[in-house]
Amino acid sequence: MSGLRDHAGRHIVAVTGMGLVTPLGFGVAESWAGLLAGRSGISRITRFPTEHLKTSIAGQVVLPEEAGRPPFSSPERVERMAALAAAEAVAQAGIGGPFPGPLFLGMPPVEVEWPQRLELARRTNGEAAGSYPAMIAAAAGRGDLFEMFLFGGIGERLADRFGTRGAPVSVTTACATGASSIQLGLEAIQRGEAAAALCIGAEGSVAPEPMIRFSLLSALSARNEEPERASRPFEKTREGFVMSEGAAALVLESLESAQARGAEVLGLVLGAGERADSFHRTRSNPDGGAIIGAMRTAIADAGLEAAQIDYVNAHGTGTPENDKMETLGMRAVFGDAPPPISSNKSMIGHTLSAAGAIEAVFSLLTIRDGMLPPTINHEVPDPTIPLDVVPNRARAAKVGRVLSNSFGFGGQNVCLVLGAAP
Amino acid sequence: MSEPVWITGIGLVSSLGEGVEPHLAALRAPDAKPVVDAASFAPFPIHPLPSLALDAQIPKKGDQRQMEPWQRLGTYAAGLALDHAGARGLAGEMHLLVAAGGGERDVALDEAICRELAALPPGEAGPLLNERLANGLRPTLFLAQLSNLLAGNISIVHGVTGSSRTFMGEESAAADAVRIATARLAEGRGETALVGGAYAAGRWDMLLLFSPSGGLLRGDWVPLAGRPGGGMVTGSLGAFLVLETARHARARGARGLAAIGAVRNGAARRRGGDTARASALALAEGLPLRPGHAVFSGASGVAGALEEERAFLDTLTEAGPVRFTTDLLGHGMEASFPANLALAALALQAGLVPQALVTGFGLWRGEALAVLEPVGEEAEG
Repeated sequence: MSGLRDHAGRHIVAVTGMGLVTPLGFGVAESWAGLLAGRSGISRITRFPTEHLKTSIAGQVVLPEEAGRPPFSSPERVERMAALAAAEAVAQAGIGGPFPGPLFLGMPPVEVEWPQRLELARRTNGEAAGSYPAMIAAAAGRGDLFEMFLFGGIGERLADRFGTRGAPVSVTTACATGASSIQLGLEAIQRGEAAAALCIGAEGSVAPEPMIRFSLLSALSARNEEPERASRPFEKTREGFVMSEGAAALVLESLESAQARGAEVLGLVLGAGERADSFHRTRSNPDGGAIIGAMRTAIADAGLEAAQIDYVNAHGTGTPENDKMETLGMRAVFGDAPPPISSNKSMIGHTLSAAGAIEAVFSLLTIRDGMLPPTINHEVPDPTIPLDVVPNRARAAKVGRVLSNSFGFGGQNVCLVLGAAP
Repeated sequence: MSEPVWITGIGLVSSLGEGVEPHLAALRAPDAKPVVDAASFAPFPIHPLPSLALDAQIPKKGDQRQMEPWQRLGTYAAGLALDHAGARGLAGEMHLLVAAGGGERDVALDEAICRELAALPPGEAGPLLNERLANGLRPTLFLAQLSNLLAGNISIVHGVTGSSRTFMGEESAAADAVRIATARLAEGRGETALVGGAYAAGRWDMLLLFSPSGGLLRGDWVPLAGRPGGGMVTGSLGAFLVLETARHARARGARGLAAIGAVRNGAARRRGGDTARASALALAEGLPLRPGHAVFSGASGVAGALEEERAFLDTLTEAGPVRFTTDLLGHGMEASFPANLALAALALQAGLVPQALVTGFGLWRGEALAVLEPVGEEAEG
């Protein structure tokens, strides 16, 4: 039975299904083909007016059912993309009927939004027009608003749809959210609490207010005239990340359960590590301690040495700060000869709550096909970033183990180690 | 590998006050009265925040300015829990699991924009909305609003950095957090965890979310027993627990307030036969409840869930007293489950009850049960 347990005596965790929705396409195949081709999914925003916005570009997923109607709210968008990705993953895993394990959903916080607020405000008048008490009065009987914007609403509807077991668990760790959802599933299977888990990361926050808020933090690229060239991780002229959206789903299963039912094993989740930073709300400690700690903990949790990592799927947001700190982490963990590292965000932008899950799927595809996706827009190398970032063109390489980094605002850092199927 | 897990510290802030004393006093007094503000958010009564000496737990003014009330409340309560457990020195390796709702909006800005834009056709409203937001939003408010930034602030202010996870989903989020924290410690992934949540009542933005459910009590406050159609009164509540393996607590000479016997949660679809009562009955299967166990109910007051919970409680054999703590504290959403665990731990430690069953029936979804046991004499030695 030792072939079913890892170095720490825990259940080995297999991936038996994957699903993707990204600005490069619907489904794993289309998104992965776009990524290997070095195609940018960033474009001018068409969903809402962009006057007075510093940044008017984003990665956008155009949902067919949205045509000819007002844009979906964030929870509607998140739920739809999560459901598309989950349906693809569950189908690939060959699971029919109710899903035999819990749901872990990484998602953004949601709230009543401007279209709803303005719709309510239009039904108020007199001196109290537009006031919260008047809008509350106008919202009487609107159980639909309540259920749409509850934090637990999306998880409940997805759990209902896929028949997952137990309470759906929703998690947010900022830009590490998608990785956290996989880590929760990994742990539940490792400790024998579940034989399978449906892990999803989904994001749908491209809307005026979130964009303005990120702009106020000076986090976004404003290269509005050249959308496809705006996301420039690890490059000298990088100036910020590009907001994006999408979803990924992974079916995790104990290797034992996957083999018992004859499912195809697509890869393994070998380990996870996390570390919180106590330095600043939006910046890492200059010593890189939490980033380095998360990377090292993940590698150790997988029972590996740093030298056994063949490739790193970067957090690589394209902000001056992140890329500098990630470089520091790479050199600290891997020494003078770090493995190649590339940023999917150069093409799909920063999918925030979905990023960790989307990039875990891309990491598994990297192993499967022996192809490193590129970091595009690499025109002027940054001399302070002495890394092989797989510039501009995908490259063949034999990859057995990938470290996937996710570092969040608020100091929440999660790293995953993905491996080839046994 | 299954190591016993104790509660070794609690940090509790409610409209009754802060820390152990006011809450233990309320548990001892059968006629304890809540603190109610019926005017400020009429027609909705709320249980307000007590005044807090923030400097005691959040010494830097810069940190205080970077937070809104719910984050300050949670960060403050988290600090109380660390102090109560004598666990300041353990923060660096401590896991952090927070149950969080949405952060405060700038209500004055929202209202000004709504007033101006409601009169315009949608085509004109869009660009103007961008302009008003770009000029009106404060950069710090974004960070005060992000749900995971309560955890971020606790890491920054108290140095809790072992790990950081924020759970969402109203009451259920807290049950997830406590259950997962307990499981991780029991299986040997770490020795200590700080787990809890905060809810600042008296927020128009949250009342706009919850009022369309029809579940909020309107008018004068009355206890749960006097609300024939049910009704939820939101309460300001910050509640954090320090969880610790018994092995680790013994080794450092820390006292256990209570031992966690079980934490379970589920989510009925609440339609057809898939009821909250059936969900709770399934969760209760095999729980080691003894005659005379006290019940600390996390009922929100919302009618449907309350009926389901009462029907479930009726099935318990030889239960002791049932306390609906919303009558003292109000309903604090993500903070309710940890607050009830804290109250139960206090009652156990004071010898007021022999064993405690803590319930959580979410206003919309989610059922949770926990059993707390006294920490035995031999265990304390």
